[in-house]
Amino acid sequence: MSKLPVAPTSSTKRQVLPSSVSQVGTVSKYELVNYFRSRRFFVLLGIGFTINGILTALVGYYGVGTFASSALGFYAFWWGNSIPFIIAINGIFFGGDAISGEFQNKTGYFLVANPLRRASIYVGKWLGAFAASLMVFAAYAAVTIGNGVYYFGTNIPYQFGESLLFSILYLMAVLGFTFFFSSLFKSSSMSILVTAILFLFAFMIIQTLVSGFAQIEPWFILTYGSGIIGNVLADKYPATQVIRGAGPGGREGTTFNATIPEGLAIILGYFVVTAILGLLLFERKEFT
Amino acid sequence: MNSPSIEAVNLSKRYGSFPALSNLNLKIEGSKCVGFLGPNGAGKTTTLKIFTDMIRPSEGRALINGIEVHPNKKKALESAGALIESPEIYPSLTPREALSMVAELRGLPKGERRKTIEDAVAEVKMEEWLDKKVGRFSKGMKQRINIAAALLSDPEVVLLDEPTTGLDPRGMAEVRDIVKSLKTRNRLIFMSSHLLNEVQDTCDEVAMIDHGKLVVYDKLSNVTTRFSNHSGNVVEIEFLRDIDDQTVNTNIASLGNVNSAEKIDSRRIRIRFSGGAPIQERLLSDIVAMKIGMISFHSPTSALEDTYLNLIKDTL
Repeated sequence: MSKLPVAPTSSTKRQVLPSSVSQVGTVSKYELVNYFRSRRFFVLLGIGFTINGILTALVGYYGVGTFASSALGFYAFWWGNSIPFIIAINGIFFGGDAISGEFQNKTGYFLVANPLRRASIYVGKWLGAFAASLMVFAAYAAVTIGNGVYYFGTNIPYQFGESLLFSILYLMAVLGFTFFFSSLFKSSSMSILVTAILFLFAFMIIQTLVSGFAQIEPWFILTYGSGIIGNVLADKYPATQVIRGAGPGGREGTTFNATIPEGLAIILGYFVVTAILGLLLFERKEFT
Repeated sequence: MNSPSIEAVNLSKRYGSFPALSNLNLKIEGSKCVGFLGPNGAGKTTTLKIFTDMIRPSEGRALINGIEVHPNKKKALESAGALIESPEIYPSLTPREALSMVAELRGLPKGERRKTIEDAVAEVKMEEWLDKKVGRFSKGMKQRINIAAALLSDPEVVLLDEPTTGLDPRGMAEVRDIVKSLKTRNRLIFMSSHLLNEVQDTCDEVAMIDHGKLVVYDKLSNVTTRFSNHSGNVVEIEFLRDIDDQTVNTNIASLGNVNSAEKIDSRRIRIRFSGGAPIQERLLSDIVAMKIGMISFHSPTSALEDTYLNLIKDTL
C-alpha cells in the first residue's frame, strides 16, 4: 500500500507556497551546492591559485622592487593586471551554460514544472553563480592582500578598496552578460564558446580597432569600462589624451581611458540591460 | 471540497506552420485516472507541456482547478505535480537533496520534510540510494526519483508523461500500483502512455488524440464498446498437450455460436464466434468441460488495443 503522504484536503492543507523571494533563495542554495561539487569550481579556484602562485614566485625571485616601488604600484601590478581575466573566466564558466544547460541537459524539466516563476529560477541561478564566483574572487583577493601585506605592511591603499568594489560590479556585469548569452542558446558548449570568444578575444580586438584605428571611444564595450579597475590603482588616474607620433609630421592618435563615472556607467549599463534581456528571453523560451 | 480538474479550452499550438495541437477541448474532473493516448507526434507531450507552462499555447487556455496556467503558473501548479518527459536531476545532488529542493519550493513544512521525502523515496523503492549522487543512477532509477518528486507534495492533480519510460517490468508494475493508490485518495491523474495494457489496467477513462486533434474522450468501457470491432469475437486458446484436428474441427467448431475454429500450431487454436461476453463465458466453460488440457483463453488483442487501432490509423 502507498506510503505517500495522506492526502490533505483543501481545508487542512498543510503547505503554503513560499514567496518568490524565498524560492529564489532555494534555487540559489541548491545551485551553489551543485557548484561546490562540480569540477569547474575547483578548476577555477585552481586557476586563481596558479596565477597567484606564479606572481608570488616571480616577485619572490626577482624582488618586489623589480615590479613596484609602492604599495599602490604593487596592487596595480598584481591585482589590476590579473583580476579582469579572473572575473572573465568565472563569468564564462559559471554563467556561460547556466541557462542553456537547463535545456540541453534537461535539468530544467525538473524545476520548471514546479509552482515557481521562471524569474525565480533565473535570479536564483544568477545568485548561485555570483556567490560561487565571489568565493573564487575572495580567495584570489586574499592571496593578493597577503602578498601586499608581506611586502608593504598593513597600510593597504584605499584605492585598492575602490578597485575591489569596481571588480565586484564588473563581475556582476560579466555574469549578467554571460547569462544573457546563455539564454540565447540551447546548447551549453555553444554558449560557453561564444562568451569565451567574446571576453577573451573579440572585445579586445574590437576595442583596439575602434580606439586605435577609427579613433572612436569604445564606450559600448564592457571591457573598456572595466579599465577603471586597474586605472584607479595608478598614481595619477590616466586621462584620455592625444599622442603625437614620433618625428616631424607624426600621426596623431588618442589613447582612450574611461573615467570612473564613465566606467561605472558602462559596467552598470551592461548589467542592467543584459539582466533584463536575459530574463525576458528565459521567460519566453520554450522547453520543446 | 471541490473535485480536482483540468480543462483545455480551444487549446492550440503551432510550430511555424505545423499544428502540433489543434483546438483541443477537454474537461476532466474528479478522482480518476485518464489515459492520454495517441501516436508519436500526436500532441500528447505538447498538451502536458502547456499544462505545466513549459511551452505557451498559440491559442486557447489550459486550466488546472479552474486557474489558467499561462498567466498564473505559480498558483495553477500549486495543486499539481508533473513529470514531463524524463527530467535530469543535477548529477552532483543526492535524491534527498533534489527532493528537499522540491519540498522547499513547494512549501512543505520544515518539520515534515525529512519524513515526507523518505516516504516518497520508499514508495519508489529507492531507500538505499537516498544519499548517493544521482549522477551514478541508471535512467530507470532517475525516473523513480522523478516520480517521487512529482508526488512529493501529494498534489490533487498529477500530470504524467509516459511515467514508466526507462523502468523495468517490476518498476512499471510499481508505478501502476502508485497510480491506483492515488485514485483512492481523491486525486486526478492525467497520464500519457504508449502502453495500452498500462492504461487499461490503471485508467478509468481514456482520451485519444491524433494529429493534434481529440479523437475520443470517454469512459474506457464506453470507448471499447463503441469502437472495438471484433476482438471480443475472437479468442485464442492454448493447450497443455498437442490437440488433434478432429477435436478442433468437430468438437470445438460445433459448439454453439462458433463460426470457425482453426489451429495456429499444435497446441494453440483460434476460434471466431458470434455474440458478446456471455457467449464467450459459455464457450470457456464448454471447452473446460471437454477436459482437453486448456491452459489459457484470451483475446488476441485487448479491447483497448483494438479500439486504438481502429481510431488511430497512422503512426507519425
